[in-house]
Amino acid sequence: MEYDAVICFETHVELKTETKLFCNCRVAYDIPPNTEICPVCTGQPGALPVLNKKAVEYAISAGVALDCTINRRSRFARKNYFYPDLPKGYQISQYELPFCENGYLEITGDDGKPYPVGIKRIHLEEDAGKLVHSSDSFDDADYSLVDYNRSSIPLLEIVGDHERNPLRSVQEARAYLEKLRQILRYIGVSDCKMEKGQLRCDVNLSLRPKGTIEFSNRTEVKNMSSFRFMMEALEYEMKRQAEILDSGGTIEQETLHFDEIKRITRPMRSKEDAPDYRYFPDPDLLEVNLEDEFITDIKSALPELPHQRVKRIMDEYAIPRDDALILTKERAVSDYFTACASHCEDPRKLSHWIIKELFKLLKEASSAIAECPIEPKNCAELVNLVSRGKVTPGIGREILEEMFKSGEEPEAIIHKKGLKPIQNEDQLEAFLDDVMNENPKVVSQIKEGNLKPIDFLVGQVMRKTRGKADPKSVIKLIHRKLEVP
Amino acid sequence: MELAKMLRRGDVSAREITQSVFKKIDEREKSINAFITTTREIAFKQADLADAKFRQGGDIPLLTGIPVAVKDLLCTKGIKTTCGSRILEDFVPTYNATAYQNILDAGAVLVGKTNMDEFGMGSSTENSIAGPTRNPHDLERVAGGSSGGSAAAVSSGESILALGTDTGGSIRQPSAFCGVTGIKPTYGRVSRYGLVAYASSLDQIGAIGKTVADCAMMLNVISGHDKLDTTSANVKTPDFLKALTQGIDGVRIGIPEEFFTEGLDPQIKEKVLDAVHLLEKNGAFVVPINLPHSPYAISAYYLIATAEASSNLARFDGVKYGFRNAGDITDCMEMYLKTRTKGFGMEVKRRIMLGTYVLSAGYYDAYYLKAQKARKLIKGDFDEAFKKVDCIMTPVTPCLPFALGEKMTDPLQMYLVDIYTVSLNLAGLPGMSLPCSKINDLPVGLQIVGKPFDEEMILRVGAAYERLAAAGR
Repeated sequence: MEYDAVICFETHVELKTETKLFCNCRVAYDIPPNTEICPVCTGQPGALPVLNKKAVEYAISAGVALDCTINRRSRFARKNYFYPDLPKGYQISQYELPFCENGYLEITGDDGKPYPVGIKRIHLEEDAGKLVHSSDSFDDADYSLVDYNRSSIPLLEIVGDHERNPLRSVQEARAYLEKLRQILRYIGVSDCKMEKGQLRCDVNLSLRPKGTIEFSNRTEVKNMSSFRFMMEALEYEMKRQAEILDSGGTIEQETLHFDEIKRITRPMRSKEDAPDYRYFPDPDLLEVNLEDEFITDIKSALPELPHQRVKRIMDEYAIPRDDALILTKERAVSDYFTACASHCEDPRKLSHWIIKELFKLLKEASSAIAECPIEPKNCAELVNLVSRGKVTPGIGREILEEMFKSGEEPEAIIHKKGLKPIQNEDQLEAFLDDVMNENPKVVSQIKEGNLKPIDFLVGQVMRKTRGKADPKSVIKLIHRKLEVP
Repeated sequence: MELAKMLRRGDVSAREITQSVFKKIDEREKSINAFITTTREIAFKQADLADAKFRQGGDIPLLTGIPVAVKDLLCTKGIKTTCGSRILEDFVPTYNATAYQNILDAGAVLVGKTNMDEFGMGSSTENSIAGPTRNPHDLERVAGGSSGGSAAAVSSGESILALGTDTGGSIRQPSAFCGVTGIKPTYGRVSRYGLVAYASSLDQIGAIGKTVADCAMMLNVISGHDKLDTTSANVKTPDFLKALTQGIDGVRIGIPEEFFTEGLDPQIKEKVLDAVHLLEKNGAFVVPINLPHSPYAISAYYLIATAEASSNLARFDGVKYGFRNAGDITDCMEMYLKTRTKGFGMEVKRRIMLGTYVLSAGYYDAYYLKAQKARKLIKGDFDEAFKKVDCIMTPVTPCLPFALGEKMTDPLQMYLVDIYTVSLNLAGLPGMSLPCSKINDLPVGLQIVGKPFDEEMILRVGAAYERLAAAGR
């Protein structure tokens, strides 16, 4: 039978506030264990949480960016369970009255149409510490150590809505996560580095016969650590569920774990074993009442979102949509592009140069645009020189490489390296004459009316001039000299 | 308060006061058992520092050089803080509770950490790893609880002042049993930072002393907003000592009918009403009032307090600090189970289980939410009453100090001892217990209840009563 998939994410994102959610310890990575801890984030007796306002601001920013309703009244709740990385025996989270509800995130669906994926709620909670086991698993370990540096780092949980436009395929799932990550990076609330655990996701999946609307039992796959594993887990799980349904079985509602080595999902616990978290309002924290002003301030300070920027780049600079999408994928790239564009005579050419040439250099150097040594003004200037015909594209590439190495201005490099194009027609003609003398057969072919080998001649001239000739001028010259139309 | 004046006149030194306190400890501690830890060395160091300040002169805080005992539920940096529990038997905090830091800053002398019911759970100071505290007035009887050690220490002269905590009556009830004066301020008046939580929405730190002035003096020091406790109120702290001399002319005292009905020892009723009449004779008005929802207070209290406790005490898991059952286990879950089974006493385990049940899926609405509704109604009763009166007077306990062991086998009877005190915690109101005469040489307590953040009225009326009672009018 054919099935429709219903896919929903619960995404956890670590916010990049300076301090933790309930104390003044720094949010820091790659530091020695247990060096950013205090009585509050290690659950010492008598210690009390104090809410970090910046984290609330970030949560509201995310809510606004994802078109959520912002609750004026919000509250924290305790989620009670025992685990050694959870110092208080409960996690301060939100249950009733989260900060944000009923939003959506628009992706391009598999059918190519815009598809607004429902977001049920966004709430703020604290992260747990990290366990380090003496062997691969907790159960086999002789001992385990706990690092509380991560304890109480603010986490944003973004919960998908399986009733309002859930995701329908693995591709859409990927598009959703990529878009979510892009938006959160744009608004600057998280770096969302999956390898650092700053973005983690659980995914719910159920299948229903094609075209039907009832939901069937779903499984939840916990804590996948990369996009690749997420896609693999989903694919595996879709196949597994379809096989069970095809053979007349029912899906067990359970929580699964993706085995990254064997590439299969394995049960963690069934519905019967589902823990009872005994949520209740945290009496240590007051209800949060958000002033309208607080929310409007956040709204007005919200940076341009990816889709807005795509539109602006298309409209303002006449960049085709596909290129605009590439340029806006990361905020830093689009910032760079717009910074260049204000100095550039041909933004379209600029976009090609960034996407083709600059990206290549960045990739080779495995470096990010933020570290690019080329001043936007200089990048624009180079493109201007090319479009004015002052340098040939080939020389342009050479100059760009040099700029990437030294950070120098294009004019300086041209001067230093003697890369000025051959403007003098006599000089150019001399080069062309040499080439024609070396290739009499080709010349006669062209004279007979076969124009194809012209390109070959141009190439030869370029080689002789080490790229300093302008190909257009060379072509013109060939036409004139050989008297072909 | 008298001592503070004597210290200023140079009639006595802080060292001498401290010596007298430790002499009392040497004489009586064996039989009373008010302390879990005494801090003799620290005390004398602090006393000498205080004396140096007096020699220097200048503006010296009133508390300077005065011995204070601190309930073992408050974190004291570098000094063992057991909470009366095996699970924290050797726990030494790395930081100070704000209230304790405040009295240190004011120059107080720490006598020691007082005995208590484990984590504040009890009404007799019998549920302690350190054994029961005995009532200085009758060693066969309980001191009350859970701040029994603090009340007994002040009563016996083993300390001059004490800090206690009150979740359902834990300052007022032992104060009544031990014949001393104890105040539980409005919820939010004193920072809870560093107070090991029993029930966060009910816990409040307060003061115990011999007199109303003692309490006012301490309250001046421990009150105030604390950035580390967001539930501490951002209100100005008045000079509570100023309230003491204001008299009671025209003050309206509410007498709630529901607090003087069956279950109350008739002799206590008589003594409390005598106290009310004394004030009435001297210029106060007595107004009968009703607090119709008070019969639900005990139930609501034990649902909310245990629910919060079940979560608050989850951190005692053997992972980070305190007792851990390390041997004879195969996995982490077993470590938890054995640690908590051995580390907690019976009453604590009972309340954790009750609270866990109260919050469980399917029961939350029926118990926790309903209790919260009752709590609102109880608070509403008080709000209504305080439209007509300035303060309310009630007994503190329905009975006199009972014999050691008497109620240990019947938790329900034990819970009922708090019947007149718990509703204040539910409503967040301030209340004070002060001695009003004796029955068969056993102290009787009078409770004065005030509006939120109107401790001044309580202190004012309490001080007036003290004066009138002393004068025998």
